[in-house]
Amino acid sequence: MNIKKLEAFTTQVRRDILRQVHKVDSGHPGGSLGCTEFFTALYQEVMEHNPDFNMDGKGEDLFFLSNGHISPVFYSVLARSGYFPVEELNTFRLIDSRLQGHPTTHEGLPGVRVASGSLGQGMSVAIGAAQAKKLNKDSHLVYTLHGDGELQEGQNWEAIMYAAGNKVDNLISTVDLNGQQIDGSTDNVLPMGNLKAKFEAFGWDVMEIENGNDLKQVIDGLNEAKSRTGKGKPVCILMHTEMGHGVDFMMHTHAWHGKAPNDEQLEKALSQNPETLGDY
Amino acid sequence: MKKYTDTGKKDTRSGFGAGLTELGRTNPNVVALCADLVGSLKMQDFIDENPERFFQVGIAEANMIGMAAGLTIGGKIPFAGTFANFATGRVYDQIRQSVAYSDKNVKICASHSGVTLGEDGATHQILEDIGLMKMLPGMTVINTCDYNQTKAATLAIAEYEGPVYLRFGRPKVANFTPEDGKFEIGKAVHLLEGNDVTIIATGHLVWEAIKAAEQLEEKGISCDVINIHTIKPLDDEAILKSVKKTRCVVTAEEHNYLGGLGESVARVLVNNHPAPQEFVATQDTFGESGTPEQLMDKYGLNAEAIVKASQKVIGRK
Repeated sequence: MNIKKLEAFTTQVRRDILRQVHKVDSGHPGGSLGCTEFFTALYQEVMEHNPDFNMDGKGEDLFFLSNGHISPVFYSVLARSGYFPVEELNTFRLIDSRLQGHPTTHEGLPGVRVASGSLGQGMSVAIGAAQAKKLNKDSHLVYTLHGDGELQEGQNWEAIMYAAGNKVDNLISTVDLNGQQIDGSTDNVLPMGNLKAKFEAFGWDVMEIENGNDLKQVIDGLNEAKSRTGKGKPVCILMHTEMGHGVDFMMHTHAWHGKAPNDEQLEKALSQNPETLGDY
Repeated sequence: MKKYTDTGKKDTRSGFGAGLTELGRTNPNVVALCADLVGSLKMQDFIDENPERFFQVGIAEANMIGMAAGLTIGGKIPFAGTFANFATGRVYDQIRQSVAYSDKNVKICASHSGVTLGEDGATHQILEDIGLMKMLPGMTVINTCDYNQTKAATLAIAEYEGPVYLRFGRPKVANFTPEDGKFEIGKAVHLLEGNDVTIIATGHLVWEAIKAAEQLEEKGISCDVINIHTIKPLDDEAILKSVKKTRCVVTAEEHNYLGGLGESVARVLVNNHPAPQEFVATQDTFGESGTPEQLMDKYGLNAEAIVKASQKVIGRK
């Protein structure tokens, strides 16, 4: 692992996120910036995956993004991991683009295996894919990412109950604990109580990443999660992140959940994240 | 007039169960999921023979639909079974996003559709499911009429790549289509030749349409009877060919007249060949408790209703 190189990657991804949403004056930068280290760790270090995309994904690890609104970070990392040309990030949310507002298979974008955007559906899909891996005697893993606010959707708890009850132990589900959702803090909108205790009560093996914006911690955490698979329990990572991380004026607030920066704000944000791998 | 014989009453859900069992033996990619209704869906034989390919999800239909979508990603062909009400309205958004929009090869298998579910009453009697499912882009919608056809359809949809809604029911009804008959998705079955009125029926109403045609023949009215098992994609050609001959049509279905087969047929006709049409269907109402026969009678879903509608529509020519 070359941590300096990976950190440079995250800086470029942050630029990509900001430039994508700025161009179309829409999209979700906050959660995307908060999960940049997670996506970088997953696609650049932790997962075994094949950018020559094959929907079935046999013989490789799979990732499902359940909180599809953070598509800017997903698209940037997929593109910079070789799934499609980086220049295509220019088409984010434009007419006739494969980079829809929320990720979808419908336009055939490599790297996306199910549509997400309507929240709470990703874990169920991932469980199905994980069970198919077991039937296929494929020992690779299935990863998911969920927003914390997303856990307010009831379907998650059906899936959480199923995965533990049926020992889906080739599944690693990460919850992005940034404590924010559109209408305010999760504690104000709908308090979810002790998520660690809840997952544990449902029968999951739960671990935490204290700082999900520390790349080394995220990589170590994901590797630790990997080592806990295959032991009869699905693995949950509660990953504490800062929404808007990497741009000072986007942090400590839910204001940038679904709002794009204007020209001046973009310039300021980009100056805090200097170009590393070359802009698209 | 050609005669159709009931070879012995059987439930369509058992046709599904028999088809699934056969698929378990012949297609290693077929897997099944159920939300705590294994007995009602007649899935036990499949489970006994292929326990590793069955997923009991409990009373959690949303998770079942999502899991089915995920299983396709490993190349499996999932058959997800529950009651029609819980297989559609309850999980509409899961089907919309994770299955239809994501173009997943999921077979949604819905038993106990319509009022003939009987005594359980309106909470379980969905009359809106055909409409819900046919509105989803890319979704194939099939409503079978008897045991043999349901078994054949179950086998056929495994060979078809893409999302399918397969609708069948609970009561024992006449079994009259050929055993081991070929099921062609999207292809209407022309049951009876006639000149005065076209009767287009689906599901449990197909047998009622045959009985109605027999009664009408005694009154000197000859009926063209078509079994539409696939509501989407609809066999426009078969419908137009018949209606051009008879110049009027009765549609018959165990479903709300809003959103059902009748509206699909009306769309074909207004676009191509306008003709008088009568709808044998429920009239924008919920069902209620009762025996299947009582309910079919009360809600106007039987041969008598088709006879009356036929006489009326002929008068409108």
